[in-house]
Amino acid sequence: MNDSVLLLSLASAIVIGTPILLAGLGEMMTEHSGVMNLGVEGMMLGGGVVGFWMSSQHSSVALSLAVGAGVGALFALIHAYLAVTLRVNQIVSGLALVITGTGFAGFVGSSNDSALIYARPQSFLEPVFGESMQDLPLVGPLVFGHDWVVYMSWGLVAAAAFWLFRTRAGLAVRSVGEDPASADTVGISVGLTRYVYTMIGGAGAGMGGTYLMTQIFATYQHGITAGLGWIAFALVTFAGWRPWRALVAAYVFGALRNLGFTLQILGASVPSDVLNALPFVLTIVALIIISARPAAARKYSAPSALAVPYSRETR
Amino acid sequence: MTDESTPAASTAEPATVQASGGEPHDAARLNAITKSFFGVPANDRVDFDLRWGEIHALLGENGAGKSTLCSVLAGLYHPDSGEIHLDGERVDLASPQQALEHGVGMVYQHFRLVDRFTVAENLALGHPETGFVTSRRSLERQVAELGRRYGLEVSPKAAIWQLSVGEQQRVEILKLLYRGVRILILDEPTAVLTPQEAQSLFATMRAMAADGQAIIFVSHKLDEVLEVSDRVTVLRDGERVGSVETAEADPATLARMMVGRDLATPDRTRATAGGAALSVRGLFADGDRGLEALRDVDLEVRESQIVGVAGVAGNGQRELAEVITGLRRSKRGQIFLGDVDITRASTLQRIKMGLGFVPEDRMRTGMAGGLPLASNLALKAYRQPPLSKGPVVSQKAVEERARSLEKQFDIRGVRWAMPTSLLSGGNIQRAILARELSAGPRVLVAAAPTRGLDVAAIDAIRQILLDERDAGTAILMISEDLEEILDLSDEIVVLYEGRIMGRLDPDEASPEVLGMLMAGRTVDATPETAKDTA
Ligand SMILES: Nc1ncnc2c1ncn2[C@@H]1O[C@H](COP(=O)(O)OP(=O)(O)OP(=O)(O)O)[C@@H](O)[C@H]1O
Ligand SMILES: [Mg+2]
Repeated sequence: MNDSVLLLSLASAIVIGTPILLAGLGEMMTEHSGVMNLGVEGMMLGGGVVGFWMSSQHSSVALSLAVGAGVGALFALIHAYLAVTLRVNQIVSGLALVITGTGFAGFVGSSNDSALIYARPQSFLEPVFGESMQDLPLVGPLVFGHDWVVYMSWGLVAAAAFWLFRTRAGLAVRSVGEDPASADTVGISVGLTRYVYTMIGGAGAGMGGTYLMTQIFATYQHGITAGLGWIAFALVTFAGWRPWRALVAAYVFGALRNLGFTLQILGASVPSDVLNALPFVLTIVALIIISARPAAARKYSAPSALAVPYSRETR
Repeated sequence: MTDESTPAASTAEPATVQASGGEPHDAARLNAITKSFFGVPANDRVDFDLRWGEIHALLGENGAGKSTLCSVLAGLYHPDSGEIHLDGERVDLASPQQALEHGVGMVYQHFRLVDRFTVAENLALGHPETGFVTSRRSLERQVAELGRRYGLEVSPKAAIWQLSVGEQQRVEILKLLYRGVRILILDEPTAVLTPQEAQSLFATMRAMAADGQAIIFVSHKLDEVLEVSDRVTVLRDGERVGSVETAEADPATLARMMVGRDLATPDRTRATAGGAALSVRGLFADGDRGLEALRDVDLEVRESQIVGVAGVAGNGQRELAEVITGLRRSKRGQIFLGDVDITRASTLQRIKMGLGFVPEDRMRTGMAGGLPLASNLALKAYRQPPLSKGPVVSQKAVEERARSLEKQFDIRGVRWAMPTSLLSGGNIQRAILARELSAGPRVLVAAAPTRGLDVAAIDAIRQILLDERDAGTAILMISEDLEEILDLSDEIVVLYEGRIMGRLDPDEASPEVLGMLMAGRTVDATPETAKDTA
């Protein structure tokens, strides 16, 4: 009995971890270019609400995810303009984006004629693999029991790791995040790179938000992300800016999200606020552990120019 | 300070305006370039021409506008007005990338390398031939080969932060060679090189020039300029003073063109040393890569004494300075300030006990680049009155103190609330010295104290150091500049691979003997006065 509860909650950790992963991976790309976007929560809500609306209009899940990603990227564009072109403080601009995205979602969600609160997605994703594979012990629910978005997110993790650390383009974006002046002198466009990667981050958040609303909750409510965007933001640091670590970390954070339910089923009660704070506590603990080892600290530390605006004629 | 009655200024008006019809084009021609920062011109209608196959030296005092002019040609700064012609074609260089595409590349005074990347990665960065998927191994092989070909060897796998400044410079040059530039701009390249390294750089430069490429060479060292360049252009206060053929130039004229007056070189004096102020016994320490960087170093600096530490970059000088100042931990051995053991003392405790430090890399460890100069100058003194009363720092006192130090140390180009990093390289160096010396140290550890300074400033700084010494300060001077070592030291030690290779009396030492010791060879003639000098 307890066994299956554990297994089920692990499997659902993967489900709830997926929007965290999508948004976190996007933010990780953004941060590798030296831009910090605190607005993940806002972009998840803003992109997600439009993706959700799409899902109530059309049966293609891929289409609503794409729409959500696109809207998320547009929100990120605001941040890129403020942070890269106008060089305003990125913390301020990111926080403004949270407010904007939340407000936008609230506005769209309730003022629409066919209020989104009563809308439902037209279709739900089925697991990719057949019953026989899902019934395998252990690996069945954990590995073969998911829809294609989960597998796509694994693919994205692999792609991000390869892109960042094995390709010319990855070298370029990391150099922009580490030392934009050096990147500039060898002909890499700092501004363009930062715009593009900031928008990639927004797309990840928008897609994550859409997945959360259409496939996990299948409903829209005001403030439905309930801090998942912030968790995704913390994830980047927790994972030391490394995609594969982000995969593991997203599921750990997902499990913590579910822990409340699981504990309830098992009859224990822990205040939910404590559980909600755990991802952030874990992130701090991870930072402490890493910083104790200088070699690791150097390897898993933030891009040196993170949140530092770049201007060519300033030295 | 603009003295218009300079003889050189009038004699050397440009005789270079020539019709380009029929003749081969100049490599580069800059017409009336003006570039201002905060309304103050750093370049004021500067003309400059560069021929193919020549090494063209650019001279001028700190803040004269050399780096600015180079940056304009390299596409980094966009001029407010003026024209740039490359190989006869009018161009508008909107970015360093466009300049690179026109074959113009620059090694900046403040290096442009990504610290956390390896040497190979830095070379691959932005290079058009880097494949989409980067293959680390083939990249490293290529880089090692290129380095060998140009005599610029450096381990391709090493991360930049692990390299000495001298090594980083090699990477910068390699980077441009790898990009195949035809107009190479070197902004004070020799400031970080040993004489031997400088010689091999000159060989590379000459080979490139003989190949028909054009080189702009910025240096404050007149003998280098005379040795390697074909022509010299002098800037002063952002304006072009004139150009001369090197063959027709001599040091005195050049210095006068630069400064606008004659120079007085400080006399070399000796002082009688007092008791031991800084002693290092059996010191061992690791470098950044975990390899042993200091091996059994014994040193003593006495009051009123300058001990010069000579050596090729990367032989433990940086580590020695860091261990003494408390920035790096030693593995074994002891350090004494006077007779107090400070081996385990914190940096702050050491500062309070009268230890001053002029670090090697002024931008990274010397100054907080984003802060205004006044704050930087207060970085050590802010804890005591008059700068602070209790927990409150008096901004007024900070500003006042800054202004008097600016005057005393002749720091130029300071504008209110401007980030310190915007000052010219030489002025930043003066500022660091101002901060350290104004704290009245008992012991001063100075790494490359006059690196990047113009001749007038070097003389001024040397005089300041000699005065400090005469006032009783013990000075440990780490320098790769042999002339400086020989001119200022009362005793010379040579570091090689973390060991002390020899101790010399400067009167008995010659550049040749020093060079041999720095290359790790023991010389029979070396007076092995070793440890009994104390
Ligand atoms: N990016 C910038 N922003 C503001 N001021 C600048 C900038 N670059 C240069 N300046 C100012 O322009 C003047 C010329 O500086 P520049 O760096 O060209 O001098 P330099 O001749 O290279 O001096 P040095 O020998 O000390 O390197 C200085 O007063 C400097 O403070
Ligand atoms: Mg300069």
